[in-house]
Amino acid sequence: MTKRRIRNSTETMTFLALVSVNVLLISAFTFYPLWQGIQLSFYQWDFISAFKIWVGLKNYIRLWNDPTFWQILRNTVIFTVCTVSFTITIAFVLALTLSLPLRGRELVRGVIFLPTLLSGAAIALVFNYILDDRFGLVQQGLRLVGGQSPSFYTNPFWAMVGVITTMVWKNAGYAAVILIAGLQSIDHTLYEAAAIDGAGRRARLWHVTLPSLAPMLLFTVVTGILGTFQSFDIIRVMTNGGPVNATNVLVYHLYERGFVNFEAGPAGAITVVIFVIMLVLTVLQLQVGKHTNAHE
Amino acid sequence: MLTNNQRINSTLIAAYIIMGIACICIGAPLLWMVFASFKHTDEIYRIPATFWPERPTFENYPAAWNAVPFDRYFLNSVITTCIATTSKLVLATMCAYALVYTKAPKWLKDGVFLLIIAALMVPAQVVIVPNYITMASLQWIDTYQAIVLPNCATAFGTFLLRQYCMNLPYEVIEAAEMDGANHLQRMWLVVVPMAQPALVTVGLFAVVSEWNDFLWPMIVTNTNEMRTLPIGLFRLFQTEGLQNWGVIMAGTVFVVAPVIAVFVRMQKSIVAGIAAGAVRG
Repeated sequence: MTKRRIRNSTETMTFLALVSVNVLLISAFTFYPLWQGIQLSFYQWDFISAFKIWVGLKNYIRLWNDPTFWQILRNTVIFTVCTVSFTITIAFVLALTLSLPLRGRELVRGVIFLPTLLSGAAIALVFNYILDDRFGLVQQGLRLVGGQSPSFYTNPFWAMVGVITTMVWKNAGYAAVILIAGLQSIDHTLYEAAAIDGAGRRARLWHVTLPSLAPMLLFTVVTGILGTFQSFDIIRVMTNGGPVNATNVLVYHLYERGFVNFEAGPAGAITVVIFVIMLVLTVLQLQVGKHTNAHE
Repeated sequence: MLTNNQRINSTLIAAYIIMGIACICIGAPLLWMVFASFKHTDEIYRIPATFWPERPTFENYPAAWNAVPFDRYFLNSVITTCIATTSKLVLATMCAYALVYTKAPKWLKDGVFLLIIAALMVPAQVVIVPNYITMASLQWIDTYQAIVLPNCATAFGTFLLRQYCMNLPYEVIEAAEMDGANHLQRMWLVVVPMAQPALVTVGLFAVVSEWNDFLWPMIVTNTNEMRTLPIGLFRLFQTEGLQNWGVIMAGTVFVVAPVIAVFVRMQKSIVAGIAAGAVRG
C-alpha cells in the first residue's frame, strides 16, 4: 500500500518535472502576455513613463470612432478573403491535376511547394522588383502586348492586388500538397461504385471528391485564414500599409500603433480585437468540423 | 462522340498544360531574381529590360555582402534557429511523453493538455507588445535570449507529438518497463525512435518558422550585431532603396539559396513531413 503510494507520487513528480519547462515557458510568453495585453488596453502609456494612466474603455471607443480603423478592418477582410479564395481555388485545381498519373509530377509537387519555405521578406523584395512599373517583369511582359503596367505602389487598388498576388504565390503550393494528401486518402471503391452507377466525371467530382475532401478543404481554408490574417512581413516590406492605408491590415496596424507611435493602450485594444476574431474563427472551425465529421 | 481513349488523352494534355503553367508561375519570379543578381546596373535599368543577363557579372554579390554585415546575420540566424529548434524538440518530447506514458493523476494530465490546447489558440502577434515590454524591463533588448526565448516552447509540437504517441503500440513501452527501463530510458530508447516521423515534422516546422521569422526579431533587435537574415535583408533594401535592384537581388539570393539547397536534397521528406503535420494536426 505505502509502496504503491510512493510509486504514484514519484510518477507525479516525474510528470511535473517533464512538463514543467514547457508549461512555464508557454505561461510566461503566451498566457501572461495575453492577460497583460488585455490590461494594457485600459491604460494610456508610451512604454517609457513610470506611470500608466487608467482610461477605462476610451481606447476601444476611440478605435470605434476612428474611420481609419474601419478602413483597416475592411482591408483585412478583403485581403484575407481574396488571398484565401484564390489560394484554395488554385490549390484545388493543382491538387486534382497532380493526382493524375503524370510524368514528372513529383518534381512539380516539389516546385510548387518551395515558396512556402522561403522567407516572406525575401519574397516580398522579389515581387517588389517584379511589380516595379518601369523595370519589373510584369511591365516587360505587358510591353510585349503593347500594354503599360499599373503602378503597384501608388494606386490603392493595384497595391492590394500586388500583396494578394504575392501571398497566393507563397501559399498555393502548401495548400495543394495538403489537398493531394486528402485526395489520396479517398477510398477508391467510392469512385468505382459511382462509375458502376453511371456517374460521369463531373458527377463523381461533385458527389464523391468534394464531400470526401470537405474536412481537408475546411482545414486549408481555416489555416489559410488564420495565416493570412497574421501575415506581416510581406505587407511591411512591399507597401508599409500604403498608399494612404490602402493595404493597412490589423496586424500591421498593431505594429504601427505599438512600435512606430508607441501607443501601448491602443495597441493593447487592437490586440484584444485580433484575439477575439481569431477565437471566433477557431470556435467556428471546431463547430463546422464537428458537423462535417458527423456526416461521414 | 469522343472515345474513352481520346477523352483520357485530352485530360492528360490539359493536365500537362496546367503543370507547365504552374512551373512557369513559380519559377519565373525565382529566375528573375537570380538573373537580376548577375546583371550590371545599366542592364537592369534599360528599357526594354532583358530577362537573361547579356554580360553576366558577379559584382553584385560582394557589393551586397559588404553593404550590410551578412556574415553576422547568417551567424545570428543559424544560432537562433538551432537553439529554438533543439529546445522545441526536447521540450515537446518531454511534455508529450509525460502526457501519454506517466501515471500521474488524470486531472493533472488533463489540466496540462488543456493548457496546451488553449495556447494553440493564442496567435503570436497578439503577444508581441507585452512580450516586448517584458524583454525591455529585463534589459534583454538586442540579446539572443530575447529573440529565442519566446520561441523555445511549442504548444503545436507538443500537441502533434502527443497525438502521434497515443497511436503508438503501448505493448512496446510496457515491455520496456518490464525489462526495468526507467522513464528516461523508455523515452529516449523506445518512444523517440518510434515517434521519429512526428519529430521530423515538428523540427521542420520549427526550422522554417525560425529561419523566416520577421516581426519578433525585428522588434527586439536594434543593432547589426543581433539582426537575423530576413531583418538584415530588409536593412539592405532600406539602405539601397529602389536604386540598386541587382545588389538587393543578390542579397535575396543569400537568404533564399540555403533553403533551396537543403530543399533540393531532402525534397521528398520535407514535403511528406510538412503535409503529415497538417494532416495529423
